[in-house]
Amino acid sequence: MLEIENLHASINGKEILKGVNLVIREGEVHALMGQNGAGKSTLSNVIVGHPAYEVTQGSIRFNGKDLLALKPEERAHEGIFLSFQQPVEIPGVSMVNFMRAALNAKRKYQGLEPLAAGEFLKMMREKRKIVELDNKLANRSVNEGFSGGEKKRNEIFQMAMLEPTLSILDETDSGLDVDALRIVAEGFNKLRTPQTSAMVITHYQRLLDYLKPDVIHVLLNGKIVKTGGPELAMEIEKKGFDWIKEEAGL
Amino acid sequence: MSQKNSFVREVADKKYEYGFSTEVETEIIEKGLSEEVIRLISHKKGEPEWLLDFRLEAYRYWLTMEEPSWGHLKMPKIDYQNISYYADPTRTKTEKGKGEIDPELMKTFDKLGIPLEERLALSGTAVDAVMDSVSVKTTFREKLQEKGIIFCSISEAVREYPELVKEYLGSVVPYRDNFFAALNSAVFSDGSFAYIPKGVRCPMELSTYFRINARGTGQFERTLLVCDDDAYVSYLEGCTAPMRDENQLHAAIVEIVVKENAEVKYSTVQNWYPGDSEGKGGVLNLVTKRGHLRGANSKLSWTQVETGSAITWKYPSCILSGDGSQAEFYSVAVTNHYQQADTGTKMIHIGKNTKSTIISKGISAGKSQNSYRGLVKVAHTADGARNYSSCDSLLLGSACGAHTFPYMDIHNESAVVEHEATTSKISEDQLFYCNQRGIPTEDAIGLIVNGYAKDVLNKLPMEFAVEAQKLLGVSLEGTIG
Repeated sequence: MLEIENLHASINGKEILKGVNLVIREGEVHALMGQNGAGKSTLSNVIVGHPAYEVTQGSIRFNGKDLLALKPEERAHEGIFLSFQQPVEIPGVSMVNFMRAALNAKRKYQGLEPLAAGEFLKMMREKRKIVELDNKLANRSVNEGFSGGEKKRNEIFQMAMLEPTLSILDETDSGLDVDALRIVAEGFNKLRTPQTSAMVITHYQRLLDYLKPDVIHVLLNGKIVKTGGPELAMEIEKKGFDWIKEEAGL
Repeated sequence: MSQKNSFVREVADKKYEYGFSTEVETEIIEKGLSEEVIRLISHKKGEPEWLLDFRLEAYRYWLTMEEPSWGHLKMPKIDYQNISYYADPTRTKTEKGKGEIDPELMKTFDKLGIPLEERLALSGTAVDAVMDSVSVKTTFREKLQEKGIIFCSISEAVREYPELVKEYLGSVVPYRDNFFAALNSAVFSDGSFAYIPKGVRCPMELSTYFRINARGTGQFERTLLVCDDDAYVSYLEGCTAPMRDENQLHAAIVEIVVKENAEVKYSTVQNWYPGDSEGKGGVLNLVTKRGHLRGANSKLSWTQVETGSAITWKYPSCILSGDGSQAEFYSVAVTNHYQQADTGTKMIHIGKNTKSTIISKGISAGKSQNSYRGLVKVAHTADGARNYSSCDSLLLGSACGAHTFPYMDIHNESAVVEHEATTSKISEDQLFYCNQRGIPTEDAIGLIVNGYAKDVLNKLPMEFAVEAQKLLGVSLEGTIG
């Protein structure tokens, strides 16, 4: 589904990714771990096409298509979703109008008619339940006045609405208490199908206990230096990253 | 790739979709301004002596005045002798008989979405269509007359209802008010007149559509609305002009009289040609609009969506004389490229327990300058006066400017006056968030801007709100990226 080959990327002329190789197949959940500043968020931003990052070398293919040739919104329409680490507030734009614009843009891309208002609102109601998002929040402006936990739940709600095939969760667990973490993680699990995949960025085992990833990658200094099964995450939880650094000769 | 290019071109062309001009034989008088020219205009319009005198007095006063320079505007030098003050596109066909309109003019208004045949008209809206200096047609006149409502061009009103016009013309905006008011009073051509008699609720929206067509001319609109005791009217105004690389002058006066318990809602969607992306051409929109709330418990509400014009200089104001009268001003002003807007309102509280509300939303993009200028004045007589003002500015990009000039002049201790102001910016992060959810940048800007302006847009009548929403999106195309 997602094939990243020898990806180099920089921001403001500084190289952050220095040759990333990664393949995620249909139905798989991959976890991406690594110290702060290793390039995890950069990788997710480059996949979704953030304009601040420049790809200097390498390729990303998504379902066989050259992803780097597509605009950010086209990548979204192709089925890629990013749950932002810090979701931005958009005052004045109601969640309803925002979601309707997003959903209908995707439908247009797929050659479908816009969803009728009644149908759309029904869909909002149903998907809201997945992350126990309050009706009041759904009627407010996008993320405005939401608590940290509500913002993260709102991200998963949007994921439920847009039904992506590849979801990227960028530290969705940060700033969540135990209950909120459970709601977000269970919401995510409900949305999983054999056809959907995910890349989960996290520092903590807690989230992975819920999500049960198939593959763990360690990203250090702009490169994936180690890949393993779920046991790798446990080991990192116990021993940190120093031993991997040593192994990698960093 | 070529497909993509053609799409880009389509979007660029869409920017000002009213920029066409109409090939119609137009009688234009020679350029220049003098007493002779004013006599000629008055003669052409078949006016009574008192109106000619009014014009000449205004003209003589104007000669003693200087253009105001206090606006936050870089105004091009206007050569008042290089403008034609009267252009009549209806002249040639009149021999064929009254009531016959040149099909080219009909087509023009059709193209603008303002059909002049009543059976095609927007339901529930009567239109007075003005091109250049002349009213082409007023629809639904007879139907309104059944209720005693007078709705016609001001030229016709002068002929048919001279007493009413004489009583109210210049009673709210005297020609001495300001430079452009004096100029307008001297040379005004056409505009609308409406009179709503006592106790009548006007059953349809009244509207005037102003179109500038002829080259090298100025348009001097004059509109007068009188809403008698316990009456109600909602009035709409729209404006467009062809794309020309010269500046064209539109110096208007709108006067509104609101009597006891009466209510007037006045909405404007101003979309004059704004000039090109380099700042060449565009309409100079220099307008004096004022309402006088004469009666107790009268209400007046101004709603304006200003997206066009190279320069907008306009302060729809209210004089709250009647005790318990209420005035509102809702404004969205959008400037892009090299447009400049200096707009706001004046609320003059004279009566007791008068209340005014000001909601202003400025949106600036490109290299434009957008200023809110507002005065709240409370006279010593205005016990219990209240005002609430809120002025927000939204910036797109960093080359534009937003400015707020609030003035307060309070002479009564019991007055409560509140003022709030904010400035915000559409961030790259907000746009990218929308992109990631599948919303293209142009649509995202439209969504954010409409969200920002919705308090004002909600005040517009339905059909116009939809139109205005689209207009906001189009006006800001190409501002980011």
